[in-house]
Amino acid sequence: MHEPRPILDVRDLSLEVGRTGIQILKHVSFNVNAGEIVGIVGESGSGKSMAARSIVALNPPDIRRTSGSIRFEDRDICTMSKRDLRALRGARVGMVFQEPMTSLNPSMTIGRQMEEGLRLHSGHTKRERHRLIVDMLARVGLNDPSTALSAMPHHFSGGMRQRIMLAAMMLLKPALLIADEPTTALDAVVQRDVLELMVELTRENNTAVLMISHDLAMVATYSDRVVVMSQGEIVEQGETRSLLEAPRHAYTGKLLSALPQRMPARAIENTPVARIEVDGLVVDYAARQGLFREGKPERALNGISLNVMPGEVVAVVGGSGSGKTTLGRAIAGLIPPTEGQVLFNGDPISPSSTNYGNYRVNCQMVFQDPYSSLDPRMTVAGLVGEALRHRKELSANEKRSRVTEILDEVGLAASFATRFPHQLSGGQRQRIAIARAVVTRPQFVIADEPVSALDVTVRAQVLKLFAELQRKHGFSCLFISHDLAVVEQIADRVIVMKRGVVVEQGSRDAIFDNPQHEYTRELLQAIPTLVRTGHGGVKLGWRFHSDAGTGGNASDGMIRLPAQ
Amino acid sequence: MTRLSPSAVLGVLLTGALLCAALLGAVWTPYDPLGLNFTLKLAGPGAAHWLGTDEFGRDVLSRLLTGAATSFWISFLTVCLAVSAGTVIGIVTGYFRGWVDRVVMMFNDALLAFPGILLALGLLAIFGANKYGIVLALGLAYTPTVVRIVRGAVMSLREREFIEASRVMGNSNAYTMLRHILPNCIAPLTVLATSMFGWVLLAESALSFLGLGVPPPAPTWGNMLASGRPFISQAVWLAIFPGLCISLTLLGINLLGDALRDKLDPRMRH
Repeated sequence: MHEPRPILDVRDLSLEVGRTGIQILKHVSFNVNAGEIVGIVGESGSGKSMAARSIVALNPPDIRRTSGSIRFEDRDICTMSKRDLRALRGARVGMVFQEPMTSLNPSMTIGRQMEEGLRLHSGHTKRERHRLIVDMLARVGLNDPSTALSAMPHHFSGGMRQRIMLAAMMLLKPALLIADEPTTALDAVVQRDVLELMVELTRENNTAVLMISHDLAMVATYSDRVVVMSQGEIVEQGETRSLLEAPRHAYTGKLLSALPQRMPARAIENTPVARIEVDGLVVDYAARQGLFREGKPERALNGISLNVMPGEVVAVVGGSGSGKTTLGRAIAGLIPPTEGQVLFNGDPISPSSTNYGNYRVNCQMVFQDPYSSLDPRMTVAGLVGEALRHRKELSANEKRSRVTEILDEVGLAASFATRFPHQLSGGQRQRIAIARAVVTRPQFVIADEPVSALDVTVRAQVLKLFAELQRKHGFSCLFISHDLAVVEQIADRVIVMKRGVVVEQGSRDAIFDNPQHEYTRELLQAIPTLVRTGHGGVKLGWRFHSDAGTGGNASDGMIRLPAQ
Repeated sequence: MTRLSPSAVLGVLLTGALLCAALLGAVWTPYDPLGLNFTLKLAGPGAAHWLGTDEFGRDVLSRLLTGAATSFWISFLTVCLAVSAGTVIGIVTGYFRGWVDRVVMMFNDALLAFPGILLALGLLAIFGANKYGIVLALGLAYTPTVVRIVRGAVMSLREREFIEASRVMGNSNAYTMLRHILPNCIAPLTVLATSMFGWVLLAESALSFLGLGVPPPAPTWGNMLASGRPFISQAVWLAIFPGLCISLTLLGINLLGDALRDKLDPRMRH
């Protein structure tokens, strides 16, 4: 199926940022054959997006090429006229971007947007175009394609928009599709559906795919070959399975060893009084009010009951819209419950109760986005110290030494104390956020997707730190995450949520090895896991084998391909 | 200390020079700004009177200096009034939302629909045309703009996770607003306050030009411009110098505002 002649041949490509002379790509060479899927993996700043964008000459204007060539279908892109480039983009090279919410024009109907490319690049009549678009929309799984033509992008969910984006690109039957983190913003199940659709469509048209991602499991599942990039350089490339099973370069090894893995189960003692007990929690969101009508309130949580034992880490998993974030915020007291209550050490909590101040000190939270959870105008010492404001029994000196102590515990030197958040990396910021939560020595910490915004290796470090602190200080934790691999590593118990209700809960091993509920099975089957092979490599595996056998075969690390 | 851009230097120099002139004008002037000298009517710029004299033989330089003091003081008080009132209203409505927000913003939008100068004219009719009447009228006229801008900034801030983090720590709403919301509004507020200083100076000059500002014979740049108008063919300096003062002040203040924003925001520092 793969012809030997590469359709894309990048040779010795180096890019530099205009005036500064900083090299962002260093002598990068790779190629893509017709119909082949090539993955580029690397952490943020590795230059993977830059490499992809230079193929369609879409780099920012101050980026200069200092060496190398890019040949696409035997033509040199670097010397091509702007006019030829425009003819190439869309028609021969398609692009799918990360954020389906912003990559479609919100003020144009789906039909008009899809027609744009066809009108520019093909000689079809209006009637033919219409038929092609409707056929393609039906092909990508839209229920009612002719109605969809006149619909606006905001009528569709993220997954549907990504399907539409894909449909618009594949209409022109390009020779190469560049997918830049195409499913990062999507849920596991939706992610799988979109990716499989992409593989199917490109295979039908013999379109090659250049898939850029930081998600190793995803790249391992779908790509034929993989290119590993770090700091503007290609450190290693080769056939996906053999590269992952036996990485040659140290960086690849580091990347693979950073993958989360299951730790031995801990024994958690069930005390008669739970640290946190949630009893029949219901949260309604006030309806969007129209000018003349009262809308119906939306039920985000529908009768949630759970408990967290002292020292226990309970993970909450579920897709977007499952209510897991609302649950965390309601327990933290940020959202008032419509019904039900939260008990802390057996006492009900409400803003008017006498123990509320005590609860505020003992219940802390780590947020998802370290770029938004730290006040940009405060120094690190100020940020962490502020958490101690309500510990009146501590003197100013004690507070200062606590701050220094906790900064040391989260692995930041004392010199960080006077810095501002914008001077820190994402990982360092999240360490600060964790320090701020733990500095009060709380009994309970709610962590809402604390590592989702971080790169693979940084994620591993922060996760390790979090687990260490949890063991050291013994706080209970509600760990909210959509990332099953992370949950598998850190949780003692797992709660699976869907549309505001708990569908299944149980010990980590029970949930991951023997899921009972259909939704849990679906979630676990959506994304493969990478299993360590023992000599530094990994191979694809599936978390649990369903009876129907749709999950592929873990023992031989077979890559699962969609049925034709 | 980082290097200032050339435009920032120009802004600092211009504003600094005019501020010095205003301060000087408050304590000392070469001649009595109100002293009449009918033997020296409409004298051109020269050694004795650097910027010439007006139709009553009063020294233009002395009058400009005194006028600067008056104009700057009025503008300063007005901006303080508008910014403090607008910031408090903007932060409270933007933070709490709900029906208070809706009512206040409806009222605010109604006021915004009026041109500022027209609103000030109406208010001046109530407060009377004197220094503090102008401050009150212009201050109220410019408050809605501040409310709009602060509320917008607060509404995007309150969605940030560090505001929730502050609540999780157990901080009160008042503390959160003061410690986390207000400091993060400083950057847009500074730019707004400085450019507003310019607008108010211009509005005050316009009111004085129309004869509704500080009553003569006390000099302001606006009423000097107005009284110079009939003599523009004989004594062009009477209109040129006050006009130049107004333009240079506005230029200096706007450049200064941009420079201040860059300085005040820690993210802009390197």
